[in-house]
This record gives sequence, C-alpha cells and structure tokens, in this order.
Amino acid sequence: MSDQSTVFTRLPETDDEREDPERATREEVLDFWTDRFGVPPETFEGYTFWERGAGKLWLYQGTPPSPVDIEGLGMTVLRTRQEHWKPTLEAVQRFGEHASENVIRLDEDAARAFVAGEDQELDWDGDWGYLIVTHDLADEPEPVGVGLYVYGELRSQVPKGRRREV
Amino acid sequence: MEPLDRYRPIIDDFEAFIDACERPLPSAVRVNTIKATVERVRTALADADIAVEPVDWHDGLFVLPEDSPGANWPYFHGWIHGQEEVSVIPATVLDPQPGERVWDACAAPGSKTTQLAALMDDAGEVVATDNNLGRISALRTNTERLGVTTVAVTHEDGRNHSLKPFGGEGYDRALVDVPCSCEGTIRKNPDTLEDWTLSHVEGISGVQKGILKRAVEVTDPGGTVVYSTCTFAPEENEAVLDYVLEETDCEIVDYDLPLSHAPGITEWQDESFHPSVTNAKRIYPHHNDTGGFFCAKLEVPAE
Ligand SMILES: C[S@@+](CC[C@H](N)C(=O)[O-])C[C@H]1O[C@@H](n2cnc3c(N)ncnc32)[C@H](O)[C@@H]1O
Repeated sequence: MSDQSTVFTRLPETDDEREDPERATREEVLDFWTDRFGVPPETFEGYTFWERGAGKLWLYQGTPPSPVDIEGLGMTVLRTRQEHWKPTLEAVQRFGEHASENVIRLDEDAARAFVAGEDQELDWDGDWGYLIVTHDLADEPEPVGVGLYVYGELRSQVPKGRRREV
Repeated sequence: MEPLDRYRPIIDDFEAFIDACERPLPSAVRVNTIKATVERVRTALADADIAVEPVDWHDGLFVLPEDSPGANWPYFHGWIHGQEEVSVIPATVLDPQPGERVWDACAAPGSKTTQLAALMDDAGEVVATDNNLGRISALRTNTERLGVTTVAVTHEDGRNHSLKPFGGEGYDRALVDVPCSCEGTIRKNPDTLEDWTLSHVEGISGVQKGILKRAVEVTDPGGTVVYSTCTFAPEENEAVLDYVLEETDCEIVDYDLPLSHAPGITEWQDESFHPSVTNAKRIYPHHNDTGGFFCAKLEVPAE
C-alpha cells in the first residue's frame, strides 16, 4: 500500500456508520451546505463524497470500492477537520448557483481585485465567515470563488495558482 | 521540415502541405458545456473584447485570431478550455453517452478527458490514466477548473492498466490518444522536428501498440475504441492498427468526419497493412488549415 494520503475513503452516511470519529459524514456535509449557504441537499443527489488525507473532501459520481488508492476522484469540494469548514473555489463555481444565503455580489472592479487575490474593505450586513462571491458575467450572476469576511474586510481565498489579472 | 520529406510519396500536393506546416496556428478554445452554454461564452468573450471566429463543423469551438486563452473571465470560470481544432476530433468520434464507463488511456493534460466528460453531460465515469505525475498534476488542475465530477485519475503505464481499483469492471468505450512523435503539431511548436529520429519513432510505436492492445482488452464486447495521434508517421499509425488487428479481436470501422481528410494507407516502404486501415483518417494541415492528425475507430465485436 502506498502513502495513506493518496487513498480515498468514502464518507459514512451518518454518525451510526462512522468508525473514525473525526471523519465527516455525508449527512454533515449536506447539512453544512444547507445551513451555511441554503444549497438544497438534492443538489448532491447521485454524488458520493470521499476523504483524502486529513480533512480534504472530494465529490465523485461513481462508486468504486472504498478505500481506493488513485490520484484523483472527481473534484475537491470542502475542507473539514477544522473549526470552520471551507468550501473550495471549484465547488462554489460548480454548485454555488444553488446558494441563497451568505452570497456576496461584487461589481466588476471588486471582482477583478478578488480574483487577483486582493483583500478589500467593504460593507456586508450578514454573518462573518466564508462567503460565496459572485459577479455578473454574460448578463447573469455567476459564482466566482470563496471569500472570508471578517473585521469589515473581504479576504480573497482564491488559491495562489488560480489568481489572475483578468 | 526535413523529416517530413519522406512523406512526399503519400501526400497529395506536397508543396501546399509544407507551406501549411510553416504557417503558425492561431489558438482555439472549446466551450465547456458542463459550466456554460455556447451562447453565454460568446457573450462573455464579446464583453471581454476578444475576437472569435466560428468553426464550421463544431459550434462549441472558437478560433481566437489575436488572443491566447488564459487571462479572461470565461477562462477563470472554466467556461472555456484551450484546445486546437483537430484535438477535438477523437472524443467526438468516440461519442460517449451519459452514464457510460470510459477509459482515457493517455489522458494528461486532460483536454480530451474533460471533453469526454462534457459529451457525457458529466454523468457516468471516465477513468483517466497517465504515466507522468507532472502531467497528471496539469490534468487535475484542468478537471478542477472545468468542474468535472466524473473523472477518476490513475498513475500507471497504460499497457498494464489495472481494473482492480474499480472492482474489475470493464469499459463501454476507450480513447487511446498516445504519446507520439508529434509531427502534426509543427505549426504550434516549430522546433518539434529538431529531435526527430527514426529510432524514436520505432521505439514509441512499441508503446503505442501495447497501450492500444490493452484498451481493446479492457473494452467490453460491443464497445468502441478510438486511436489517435498527432503525427504522420505510418509506423505510429497504420502499423499500430495492423498490429492490434493481428493480436486482438477487433475491427477498424468507417466513420463520418466533417473535415477534409485522406484515408489510412495500406503500403509504406516495404510494409503492407490490413485493407481496413483505410477506414482510419489522416488529416493534413493543408486540408483544413489545422494541425496534423490521425484518427481510427475500432469496434470490439459483441459476443
Ligand atoms: C498526446 S499526450 C495526451 C494528450 C491528452 N489526451 C489530452 O488530450 O490532453 C500523450 C500522453 O501519454 C502519456 N504517456 C506516455 N507513455 C505512457 C504510457 N506508457 N502509459 C500511459 N500514458 C503514457 C504522456 O505522459 C502524455 O501525457
């Protein structure tokens, strides 16, 4: 068996099936998306969730036998095993259109600064914490990534390798 | 261009062929229908002042005469992926359907993998294999940016592809887009022929045979395999097909290709190949003002 960190383990459905007490369950993941962003659980119907390494969750469509030792399984979706779970930019771009809460819409200049990785001061009446950031593209709002709102500031969470001057 | 001289006997209008090989090729992008529609991409590119030309045989492709795909909104959102016109062919020939299981034997950096997933409406399973970890990392970056949820990535030699991680299940279809001498990419990489040697061509041909053979083996009866290269060398094209016809149970079948092309050849130097290799298609740069390409469709007989 190679390095454990390359192994994907399927999430248990609920607490009853959980062997590793630190591992998230599918139920908790769906609750997270609903509670934080108002994304309905049906959004993830037909997908399976997998953990690789400590805390990084992936979402996939197939059902290979768990655990499976390969290089990739669908896309990364959520970072767990920390106080505040953090969605990935990719998950937000793919599923963020279903969100109704903790979504912040930026104008063109602010959106540019956000994808360049800049933090910016702006007003936000809602909760602090991770927000889904959107801007208008081709005449409709489109989720672009994850921001962390604290102390009157939206901190860009765009990973270094994804930052762009658009 | 010197290595190309040996193709004088098999290419019609050889001078036009060489002229085309010397012209640079503009960038092209494919619309990622997993995340956007062709219409929205067209609007977003226009809003970003990026000039595009349509491609007549494929409405999800745009040529960018003046730009390269990288730093713009549609790219950041994973709505588009830089992919040349001819590179789009094999996945359309394979024609995978939603819900199927597909093997992409030489997948990195994933242009065709992500196109396969999009053709399947991102429903089903695409197992993407490569033997190069650095290139696998580029593949992973592309599947993430394009929001693909159906791709599983394995690091192995395609010749020994293992079905174990997936419980031993075979595939409905396989794409075999092998490593090759890349002669057909000369318009994008003008120095691609600098290191050309016949012994490299012959060596890589052995790898190609091994991977295509494995693909036929792991494809279920009634399934389809597509073999493609971006080279003109018959050693890497018809000779590889001829080998798998001998070694495995499969057929090379005809298909429609909405681009000008020449048939596969049955004679090369002192070798001759099975007549059905004429069902494979050779695409030369002067035919459609594209890169060069080779693509064959194989069927595994139903039981
Ligand atoms: C022509 S490229 C594939 C391009 C890819 N299909 C795409 O559309 O983006 C060939 C790939 O084959 C890989 N390769 C070379 N030898 C291999 C082998 N024995 N098994 C699997 N992959 C191999 C190379 O690392 C390279 O990424």
